[in-house]
Amino acid sequence: MDKIVENYFNLQVMVEAFPTVLGGFGLTVLVSILVIILGIGVGLGFAVLHCMNSRALSAAIVVYVDLFRTLPQLVVIIFVYFGLPYAGLALSPFATTVVALALVLSAFATEIFHSAIRAVPRGQWEASEALGFTYFRALFLIVLPQAIRLAIPLLTNRAIAISKGTALGTAVALPETLGQAQSVMAIVANPSPLTLAAAFYLTFFIPLVIASRWVERKFSPRSR
Amino acid sequence: MTTSTLAAADTAPMIRLRGVSKWYGDFQVLKKIDFEVARGERVVICGPSGSGKSTLIRCINRLEDHRDGEILVNGVTLDHSMRSVAAVRQDVGMVFQQFNLFPHLTVLQNLMIAPMKIKGVSKDEAEATAREYLLRVRIGEQAHKYPGELSGGQQQRVAIARALCMKPTAMLFDEPTSALDPEMIKEVLDVIVELAGQGMTMVCVTHEMAFARTVADRILFMDKGEIVEEAPPEAFFTNPRNERTKAFLGQILHR
Repeated sequence: MDKIVENYFNLQVMVEAFPTVLGGFGLTVLVSILVIILGIGVGLGFAVLHCMNSRALSAAIVVYVDLFRTLPQLVVIIFVYFGLPYAGLALSPFATTVVALALVLSAFATEIFHSAIRAVPRGQWEASEALGFTYFRALFLIVLPQAIRLAIPLLTNRAIAISKGTALGTAVALPETLGQAQSVMAIVANPSPLTLAAAFYLTFFIPLVIASRWVERKFSPRSR
Repeated sequence: MTTSTLAAADTAPMIRLRGVSKWYGDFQVLKKIDFEVARGERVVICGPSGSGKSTLIRCINRLEDHRDGEILVNGVTLDHSMRSVAAVRQDVGMVFQQFNLFPHLTVLQNLMIAPMKIKGVSKDEAEATAREYLLRVRIGEQAHKYPGELSGGQQQRVAIARALCMKPTAMLFDEPTSALDPEMIKEVLDVIVELAGQGMTMVCVTHEMAFARTVADRILFMDKGEIVEEAPPEAFFTNPRNERTKAFLGQILHR
């Protein structure tokens, strides 16, 4: 028992590690927020393009979605960081992690939004068209607002899962929470900084989970 | 459409179908349908399920497209052009079996969105019109509820008001009471009867024969994609000529 306390809950080590891990935590939060905004934004855009009745466009989107849904996040990060410079595009560890994870999230978000659009009953399209709405207006004013409500629970889950992938940024030397904790751990030869990192993750992700529940409740379809 | 075409069309039928045919794959749902509705006329279409009656009225505002023949609505010939479809849809309101209210909008917003977004009516004017029609369908007190909070009968009356807010010159009803619990059918039919009394041109697909008898100027019986019989209500019910009509009426009236 004493060993556990000494190794994982060593207050002195934690106090020493605190400033470094806190710095990493700020980066984790920033990367996560950017990934969520970019990933969901691009996903929504692609889902709308998917509805444009263009076969070529839809085929391209399907390839994109399937590619980034299946590749492990780490592979995407490493490819962006070490592969893209050969194409003349060298990104910082920060930009790499944001771009790579946003790619992955946008693929899932595209699929989620597209399924949600298709899940809106056909009668909603028919009623809109009978009233005189064009296809685009029916999509944007009537169908999409309903689809987004359907998509929210799936999106929040996926956004949280992928935000946790910020820890993979360590692979390209991004000084985020986990990476910082690990480097302090190596110096002091005590894993307590990992506990500290875990506590930081909880302080960010628990409010995020609670916020997502609130959003889900607020936008859930109303019924009696 | 311009006012001159409207004026020219004043004496012409509101809706005219000539030789309209439609197929689903190899199956012919509509077989050379000829059909006219005069201004202010009320036509009820009945027939067994699968007879093509819903398809027929859905062709009138092009929720379904026809392959052969001509459809003329209020002086506009329906073709593939967006303009003709838009013109016809502005003229013709539709009420569906499943209500199809927009669940994410309040009752009031359901009524206001089309006039504001399509006709460019101001918010105040749209709201005034919406409230007026909500009173007419006797649902004025529910304006700020969401469709999911209303009963089926109330939802269908909102759907009727929503169509009326676009000030249509004709209304299509596609089995407006078929999805309702029996005790709610009357409240919806009463609204339609009242509307008929105000001179609205209407085409109604329904199995409610008592309603058809009160409201219709003419009843059409469809079977297997054809109009088999067409008569004023009295003649239709007391003296049907076609065997298929007799069989259908026998089933539906003596349940």
